[in-house]
Amino acid sequence: MNVPDAATSANGFAIRAEQVSRHYKMGEALIRAVNEISLEIGAGQFVALLGASGSGKSTLLNLMAGLDRPSSGTILALGRNLANMSSEDLATHRNRTIGIVFQSFQLLPRMTLEENVELPLRLAEVPRSERPARVREALERVGLAARTRHRPTELSGGEQQRAAIARALVNQPMILLADEPTGNLDSKTGEEIMSLIARIHRPPSGQGRTIVMVTHERMLAERYADRIVTLSDGAISREERLR
Amino acid sequence: MKLGDLTELAARNLREAVLRNSLTTLGISVGVASLVALLSLGVGLQQLVDRSVARAGLFDTVSVRSRQSAPFGQPGGGRRNPRDAADSAPPRPLDDAARKEIAALPNVVEVNPEIRFTAEARREPISQLVMVSGMAPSSQSSGTLDGLSGHFFSSPDAEEAIIQGDLAKRLVDAGQAPNSLLGQEITLRFAQRQALPPPSEQAPTDAPNQAVGPDEEAMGFSIVPSEKKFLVVGVTPTSESGGQVGFNNSGMYLPLAVAEKLEVVQQADLRNMARSSSGEGTRYAALNIRASSPTAVAQIESSVTHMGFAAFSLIDVTRNLRTFFAIFDLFLGIFGSLALAVASLGIINTLVMAILERRREIGVLKALGAADRDVRQLFFAEAGVMGLAGGLFGVLLGWGIGRAIQFATMIYLKRQGMNPPNIWSVPWWLVLGAIVFAVVISLASGIYPASRAARLDPVEALRYE
Repeated sequence: MNVPDAATSANGFAIRAEQVSRHYKMGEALIRAVNEISLEIGAGQFVALLGASGSGKSTLLNLMAGLDRPSSGTILALGRNLANMSSEDLATHRNRTIGIVFQSFQLLPRMTLEENVELPLRLAEVPRSERPARVREALERVGLAARTRHRPTELSGGEQQRAAIARALVNQPMILLADEPTGNLDSKTGEEIMSLIARIHRPPSGQGRTIVMVTHERMLAERYADRIVTLSDGAISREERLR
Repeated sequence: MKLGDLTELAARNLREAVLRNSLTTLGISVGVASLVALLSLGVGLQQLVDRSVARAGLFDTVSVRSRQSAPFGQPGGGRRNPRDAADSAPPRPLDDAARKEIAALPNVVEVNPEIRFTAEARREPISQLVMVSGMAPSSQSSGTLDGLSGHFFSSPDAEEAIIQGDLAKRLVDAGQAPNSLLGQEITLRFAQRQALPPPSEQAPTDAPNQAVGPDEEAMGFSIVPSEKKFLVVGVTPTSESGGQVGFNNSGMYLPLAVAEKLEVVQQADLRNMARSSSGEGTRYAALNIRASSPTAVAQIESSVTHMGFAAFSLIDVTRNLRTFFAIFDLFLGIFGSLALAVASLGIINTLVMAILERRREIGVLKALGAADRDVRQLFFAEAGVMGLAGGLFGVLLGWGIGRAIQFATMIYLKRQGMNPPNIWSVPWWLVLGAIVFAVVISLASGIYPASRAARLDPVEALRYE
């Protein structure tokens, strides 16, 4: 397996959280969605964040994605502290360093698949001449080369999630963050998506990626992840190294 | 994001809610159209006035009178031009020396005496009192002779006349067209100045002078009725058709040199009689200076007043006219802009609605790496595209409305028996200005929605159903 060069990350870690907290105020109550979590995810690792609803796993994933900022603590992605980044730099982080896959796919319904996949390239200001080849390559990788002109509503759930994965990978990020990627799919399609994610993690050839996946399905996590981190009430309750 | 991508995405977003966005754009168009239509009429009216005055050659003309002879209440008379306030040059007679001195001033093309007198035009059996003017050869191209039938004087010394259509109507036989007077002779009867005979030819001083009375002696000339025939070579249109433009209107025009030779008694002679010291030599009632361009008029006016004369030009009058039109255009612009201001509320409403509808999309864009700036620019681009489309369509609509108003005015004026002037003009700066104004107003309207969209929390936006 080829994994990102450890030298490109800090001390071989793709993501490193140190005493990260994310607290919300809801009326008078303080919600501790993530509470002083410290976590290190090595470059090329596949980590599953497991936990019940409201355990803080999606909030932690959002902090890693740079979609949210921690209330306290530091969170490093490839050695750069996301907590100190400007909103412009965070946007660049989301565009170049990570790719995100959501449970509900989040494809833009009025765009075709190729237009959806092209969006991160537009935001990265990739020259127009390079884009078609990269979009085609990303869609071929997820087996949707024949559906480029289709709109998301014309596709099955599995196909939509594959298109979302193609979109997440088109800018060739080092880290793929997946928030319940099989949550909206039946078990067979979920298996297909997990196989695809596993192939992205450990491709037959080329560079592998660091994957952080939020799930509440222990079976899937045990089957594909290198490591399972279980969260409960905003804190890590258990860590298991599987591989 | 690059401008091309921004525009493409903005256009795509606008196409998605095509009805709402079209109605918003139509609102902008109506605003721009009202602005263009109103201002084009304002500009057209201003140009109509400018054109009429300029073609009459009045912008490059300075009328000069002697301060000694110009009474209060007459242009350039007792009332002094504000520019002359500091001028302390003593009043001078408007004589040949003054004429030569004025002619030598820079940017002066020609200096002609103003010859105007009342005479009786007769074509048996009809006669009519008429104001006669001397016309310089350079006036051939002025607007006074617009629509002339026949031709201009064949030479500066030709005993020919150009008469005004209304006068021609009165002099022709019933049922005949005014132009039928062309090629016919008209007799002009007028009061002529006649020099007194030398004292040697007069009766002895101890005998009463039968030929020259004491009044004539005091005047230095006698007044006798005189007649002369003139060939009608031109007829100007009747006054309703725009033939009469400018302050030098007359019923009949003679070549200036011929009019001078007639030695007609003019107002200046009567003024000189009223004054205690009349002096010697030719004294002019007024001189008309033609400047090389309207821009030289002010400078010539100033030089002439410094020489001790009263000067007057229409630039003084049109300065106020221009102020009037500037205020008129400003008010038209404000009224036109009101519709655009209402349209801008439509843009704000449309974009705020778009934020609510596309909340999740904004979240996705941010998750994929769109910075706040990108989202802001996207909404700005949408507002800008609506503004540009609205501006372009609005200019066309305004152009059409202006044309319709012009057309309706033409029909109305024709029914009133008038020659309809062009009261509508869409200059390039109005087209460009209206489009830029529409885009600027649209962008300004987009500030609030764009900032609101840019500030959206991506996590919240992605949760939005």
